[in-house]
Amino acid sequence: MKIVLDHLTKKFPSRNKKERSEVTAVGDFCFEIPDGKLVGLLGPSGCGKSTTLNLICGLLKPTEGKIFFGDDDVTNLPPEHRGVGLVFQNYALYPHLTVRKNIQFPLENLRGEAKLTREEMDGRVYAAAKLVQIEGLMERKPSELSGGQQQRVAIARALVKMPKVLLLDEPLSNLDARLRLQTREEIRRIQKETKITTIFVTHDQDEAMSISDLIVVMKDGFVQQIGRPQDVYDDPVNLFVAKFLGTPPINVFDGSVKDGRLYIGDDAVLQVDGVPDRNVHIGVRPEGFLLREDGPLHCRMGRLEVMGRDVSVVSTHPGCQSDTIRSIIPAESNINTTSDIVRFALKPGKVFLFDRVTEARISFDVRA
Amino acid sequence: MEKQNFKGWLYLIPAILFLGAFMIYPLIDVFIYSFEEGYNSASQTYLGTGGYNYSYVLRDPYFLQALKNTFILVIITVPVSTILALLISIGLSSVKPLRNLFQTVYFLPYVTNTLAVGLVFMILFKKTPYSDGLVNLLINAFGGSSVDFIDGPYWAKMFVLCFYTVWVVMPFKILILTSALASVNQVYYNAARVDGTGSFRIFRKITVPMISPTIFYLVITGFIGAFKAYSDAVALFGTDLNAAEMNTIVGYVYDMLYGDSGGYPSYASAAAILLFAIVLTITCINLLVSRKHVHYTG
Repeated sequence: MKIVLDHLTKKFPSRNKKERSEVTAVGDFCFEIPDGKLVGLLGPSGCGKSTTLNLICGLLKPTEGKIFFGDDDVTNLPPEHRGVGLVFQNYALYPHLTVRKNIQFPLENLRGEAKLTREEMDGRVYAAAKLVQIEGLMERKPSELSGGQQQRVAIARALVKMPKVLLLDEPLSNLDARLRLQTREEIRRIQKETKITTIFVTHDQDEAMSISDLIVVMKDGFVQQIGRPQDVYDDPVNLFVAKFLGTPPINVFDGSVKDGRLYIGDDAVLQVDGVPDRNVHIGVRPEGFLLREDGPLHCRMGRLEVMGRDVSVVSTHPGCQSDTIRSIIPAESNINTTSDIVRFALKPGKVFLFDRVTEARISFDVRA
Repeated sequence: MEKQNFKGWLYLIPAILFLGAFMIYPLIDVFIYSFEEGYNSASQTYLGTGGYNYSYVLRDPYFLQALKNTFILVIITVPVSTILALLISIGLSSVKPLRNLFQTVYFLPYVTNTLAVGLVFMILFKKTPYSDGLVNLLINAFGGSSVDFIDGPYWAKMFVLCFYTVWVVMPFKILILTSALASVNQVYYNAARVDGTGSFRIFRKITVPMISPTIFYLVITGFIGAFKAYSDAVALFGTDLNAAEMNTIVGYVYDMLYGDSGGYPSYASAAAILLFAIVLTITCINLLVSRKHVHYTG
C-alpha cells in the first residue's frame, strides 16, 4: 500500500494561556511512501515524528492536509477503518490477558462478513506468533515476558489483522543494546517477509540507517531531508542533517573560503572551486581525515582510542566548534603519539560546506 | 540487629496499646460474654456457660427480622451502588466541561451529615397531616395513589432504606472509581481504538479488568459497611426500629444493650458474634471469587 502525505500539518493550541499562539508539531509534510518499503522517521525528541505517526494511524486529526492510502483518502477515517497496525513505544500489551489473548484481541473485534471462526482465529494467531517466534510463550502474561519478548508480542498483535500499513513508534527504545541490534534485524526480516509498508519512528540514527529503505529526517516539525540512508549521509542538505547522522558525529569547524581555497584557521585545507569568498561552517566526517606527514590541517594531538578494526584519533583545533576532533583512521596506520602535532589531509567527498546563517549546504567542485 | 528490633517494638507500642485496650480486649470479652448464660450486669455474675444465648437470639423474631432486613439491604445496595457509581464515574471521566463541578456535586452527600440527609428524605417521603411528601406528589401527578413510605407497608419502607443507603454510600465509590479510571494509561485505549474495538467491549475487556482491584475493594468494604448498617435506619424511622420492622443486626445489638428491651449484654454479644461470622464468611467468599476475576498488575 502506497501512502501519500499531502501538505500534512498539525498544530496544537498553546499551553500558555496568555499567548494564543499555536505550536506547529508537523508542518507541511509532503511525501509519497512507496508500497512495501520500510521508512524510518528520524529526528530529535519533539521534532514531530510521533505526531506524524499518530496522524497516519488516525489517533490525531490533521489541522490541514490530506493522507492517502493507495488512492483512498483516509484523512477523515477513524483509526479502526484505516487498516493500520500500530506498535506502541511501551507496547501497550493488555496486562490482564495472556499472550494468546493479546494477539487475538484485534481479531475478536471483527464483525459482520469479516468475522472469523474459532479455527481461523487460532490459525491467524499462531501464524502471527510464529512469524515473531513467540509461539512457545502463548499462555504467559505480559509481566512474565522480557522486554524483547513483549516487543514481539506487540508486533504480532499489530500484524495479526493483516494491516495494510504497519506503524512502529520508537520500537527499540525500551530494549538493551544487544537486544536492540537483534530486534532491528528482526523487524527488517518481518517486514521483508510480509511486504507490508512499514513506517517506524526513532531518534536513533543508527537504527534508522541500518534497516530503512528510506529515511525522513525531521526537525521542529519540518522535514529536512528524505532519501536513501546512504544518500542522506553522503549528501546532507544542511548542517542539522549532517550533524544528526553518523557516529561518531561529524566534526564542525568555523572556516572561510578565500580565492578558491578553504581555510580552517590559517591552514588551507582544500581546494574548493566555484565558491565565492565567504565565511562558512565546515563539516568533516570522522572517516574524512587522512593521516599525512605533510597534511595541511595541523591539530594538537590528544589521545588515541583503539577500537580494534580502526583507531580513533582525538585531537584539538582552535577552529573546531566542539572541544575535540574525532577522526577514524585504519588501525595499521603508523601514528607518532609522542609528537604534539598531528597533521591531516581531508578527503574532499567527506567535507561539506554550510552557510554560516542559514546552515544550508554550499556545494563546491572538487579538483582532482 | 538486636537494638533495631527493640526500636521497632518501641514504635509499635502506642498502636498496640490502643488497639489492645479498645479492639482486641473488647473482642475477646464479647466472645466470652456470648457464652455466659444469665449474666447479670449489676452483680456481674452468671449462672453457667453454654450456647443458650445463641439459641435464644436465633429464635428471637426481632433478630430474624433484623437478619432478613440486613440481608435484603446488602444484596440490593452493594451491587446497585457499585454499578451506579461505576457508570457515573465513567460519565464523569468522559465529560470535559464542568467536570469539577459535577465531581463536587456527586461528592456532596459524602460530607453531609447522615441525620440531615435523613431529614431531607423525610421531606421527600414522609406523610404528614399537611403533605404526602414530594415523592407522593409526583406519584399522584402520574395518576398513582399515595404510599406511606415511612410508616406504611414493608416494601415501601425497605425501598426508602435501600434508596437512602445507595445515595449515602455512592459518593465515596464515585471518588475512588474516578481516580482509578484516571490512572488507566490512555495508551491501552489508543491500542484498542486502532484495533477497532467497540466502546462496550473496551469497557468490559479493558476498563473493568484494569480497575478490578478497586472495584473489588469497594465491593468488600461495601459488603462490610452494609452489614453494619444502623444509623441510616435510625435517621429514617427513628429509634424504635423493631416496631417499624426496619431493624438491622447492629440495631438489634444496640437495642439488646441500651434499648427499651435492653440490659442483655449476653444476647447482644451473641448477636454481634453471629454478625461477625456472617461478615467473615461473605468476605472469604469474596476473596475466593476475586482470585479469578481481579487482575493485579505490576
